[in-house]
Amino acid sequence: MKTAISRRWTIAIAAGLLIALVLPKAGIPTFFVSLLTQTWIITIAAMSLDLLIGFVGLVNFSQASLFGVGAYAVAIAATQHHITGFLPGLLLGIVAAVATAALFGLVALRAEGPGFIIITIALNEIVWGLAYQWTSVSGGDNGITGITRPAVGPFDVSSNSGYYYVCLAAFVLSFALLMLLVRSPYGLVLKGVRETPRRMRALGYNVWFYRYSAMLISAAFAGMAGVLYAWYNQFVGPVNLSLDQSTQFLIVTILGGIGTLYGQLFGALVVVFLSNELSAVTQRWMLVLGIVYFVVVMYAPGGLVVLVPRLWARLRGRRVAVVPTEPLLGAEEP
Amino acid sequence: MNGDACLALRGVTKRFGSLTVLEDVNVEVRAGERCGIIGPNGAGKSTLFNIVAGELALTRGNVAFLGRDVTRRSAHARARMGLARTFQTTTLFPKLTVIENLILALQAHSGERFQMLAPLTRQRHRYDEALALLERVGLRSRADENVAALGYGEQRQIEILLAIAQKPKLLLLDEPTAGLAPADASLVTEMLKRERAGITMVLIEHDMGVVFDVVDRLVVLHHGRVVADGPLDAVRGDARVQEIYLGGTL
Amino acid sequence: MQFYLQNALGGLAYGSLLFLIASGLTLVFGLMRIINLAQTAFYLLGAYVGLSLVDHGLNFWLASAGGGLLAMALGLAVYSAFLHRYHADPLTSLLLTLGFALILDDLILATWGGDPHSIRAPYPLDGSLTFGTLVFPVYWLAVIAISLVIAAVMFLALQRTMLGVMIRAAVDDEEMARGLGVDVNRAFYIVFAAGALIAGIGGLLGGPITSAYPGLDGELLPLAFAVVIVGGMGSLTGALVGSLIIGLVNAFGKAMFPELSYFTIFVPVALIMAFRPQGLFGRKV
Repeated sequence: MKTAISRRWTIAIAAGLLIALVLPKAGIPTFFVSLLTQTWIITIAAMSLDLLIGFVGLVNFSQASLFGVGAYAVAIAATQHHITGFLPGLLLGIVAAVATAALFGLVALRAEGPGFIIITIALNEIVWGLAYQWTSVSGGDNGITGITRPAVGPFDVSSNSGYYYVCLAAFVLSFALLMLLVRSPYGLVLKGVRETPRRMRALGYNVWFYRYSAMLISAAFAGMAGVLYAWYNQFVGPVNLSLDQSTQFLIVTILGGIGTLYGQLFGALVVVFLSNELSAVTQRWMLVLGIVYFVVVMYAPGGLVVLVPRLWARLRGRRVAVVPTEPLLGAEEP
Repeated sequence: MNGDACLALRGVTKRFGSLTVLEDVNVEVRAGERCGIIGPNGAGKSTLFNIVAGELALTRGNVAFLGRDVTRRSAHARARMGLARTFQTTTLFPKLTVIENLILALQAHSGERFQMLAPLTRQRHRYDEALALLERVGLRSRADENVAALGYGEQRQIEILLAIAQKPKLLLLDEPTAGLAPADASLVTEMLKRERAGITMVLIEHDMGVVFDVVDRLVVLHHGRVVADGPLDAVRGDARVQEIYLGGTL
Repeated sequence: MQFYLQNALGGLAYGSLLFLIASGLTLVFGLMRIINLAQTAFYLLGAYVGLSLVDHGLNFWLASAGGGLLAMALGLAVYSAFLHRYHADPLTSLLLTLGFALILDDLILATWGGDPHSIRAPYPLDGSLTFGTLVFPVYWLAVIAISLVIAAVMFLALQRTMLGVMIRAAVDDEEMARGLGVDVNRAFYIVFAAGALIAGIGGLLGGPITSAYPGLDGELLPLAFAVVIVGGMGSLTGALVGSLIIGLVNAFGKAMFPELSYFTIFVPVALIMAFRPQGLFGRKV
């Protein structure tokens, strides 16, 4: 039974990867290649958030600021300090994001549950304010333009289809690493911290340390996504680390399915393509997106990975027991 | 400090605002002893446990564990030294499987808890250890179920099993049979009698049957003070205790 | 000296506006564990509605009350339709208020357009006062005075009325309050409505200071949250003291480090989290 499932999974993953590899060569419009590239990047950021929400129980609203710090770091380095290499840029963005998270964690982890949410919202907005106001460094509202995509070793990836493969590779690598992480002994500890921090302390685990270290690991992936985004978009602005951006990551994470890691890919596909389609059709796409948020949160808190199979089963005429919706965030500790 | 005292409480006092919950509590538990703490509701028993375990800061006094002053040490640091506890309300990891619950307890003091990139399933010896523990309470066949799917009595057994898996030098049991039907309660009592050999334990319990079965020394708390402390039979016969507690015979 | 007085006064005026927003935020959170991200959107809505009413010839004060009433009606609608189901679930309720804020923002943009609107202080408060070299708008003093009056009414309502006693009991211990026969649900509705009302009234009142433009709500949100963090979640006294602190820090930050003013707010937030995570007047959890 177990091997049958994992064989089916292997086939699905291999097929998906194959499709992802040939798509840009199959003559689809460049525009779609570009949207898919964006999807890979958003998925990495959403997975980094899912690591915190789904496996540690920390609802971090400052994820966009980590993404943005990574993006700004590489943008500033490239345009003001002539650091334009692939690896240096990537490393710089990751280090900047991790350092920011190291500071944020010290402040935010003094609180738990809703207190943590409120503080991370404030922290995110403070970084946004910096990007918005510190014009001499960040370019203020105008942001930073003129970021060019670096070559990866001998490969020129400045074309859209070339860069597509860079982001696809980053996504596959991130997914594999995060999957390994949550299945490791350390990953089990994180789940224990999510479930029952009090018992974890009684067992001898330093709960603070695991939350903090998970925040840093998550920040590394968020920062990497930010760097990739800066190169993808060739522009960085305050909107990339706004609360709206944090919200987008959160919605992708929840829409896909909290605590799954693979669900975030589906969440990102839906959000990226939907918001693109909507903005082409109507000026009121924020309104539509807001309503979508509402509907998802109210009626599909388990995300697509729960909803779609259930709808599928119903279509085939099977009755499905309705699972009572649980709170998205566990109850507070007494 | 007394060398062979496993746990020593000196002058432990706890106030919540103007409310004094514990007043100058002095108790010493020697290694190998099995000590019961009894007292009516509100006597301060659970507060005392939370102070010993390090979850609650005390107002005055100090706590020594294994001859070292641990008054200012965190709960997890005390656990690392060998202090294990169970909770009055079942405090497990409901969405994890039974065996994962146990592995969390087993790997708590080992370096593999930092192991990030090797699958858990590679820790074969942990699975074996956990299964062996489950065997002892006859729950081996339930290893892969979510712990939330177990019956309440079974969950209470896992609650204790987690603490035993820590191989504690001192085990604090907070009302292990709370809320159990008589049949389940006797299951837990049997388990405690089986496992108690070689373990120093302190037990809070309302059910006197369980207390008399398991402990050999009794401390009586009343309004936050120790009113009696001694061998089981001596305290049982103490007239003052009988008067305070139940107002009748023990 | 003039520099300090000027900024102190401006900071206090700004802080008293923050109180109008943060008081609802902190009480709603303390009572229902709902983090209401739409609270500053209520403020913005109040500003725009009030502005339209003024344009139609209504008196400034009545117009700001009108803005408040509309915000309250909207708040009540959202609360009774959706939010009331999610008291024990801070993440879901937060996401719902966020979705609602997005919708409201977009509706405001669709109705009033993207241009900033400056708002004139009403006669006779539209002049400025001069003390030696110190020159400042009279309206600053008016805003401080009005906010203090509103704060006093709220404190009295909490301390002296039966309803206030019920609310405080429910903040302290909801279950026990229910057990004692307090109609906790009614308290929830009233507090949510009052929070939206006061933020909505604040919109036009604060208009001459903040003006009104899309995105203003997003800019005010971190300030309001900083107030709640510094003052302590669920404490009205904390909201008052926190508002004044954040208002002052913000004013001096803007004056002294114009590029880093948001960052200066980080300082009190970080200090509080380091030394008193429950906030100045919050209860220790």
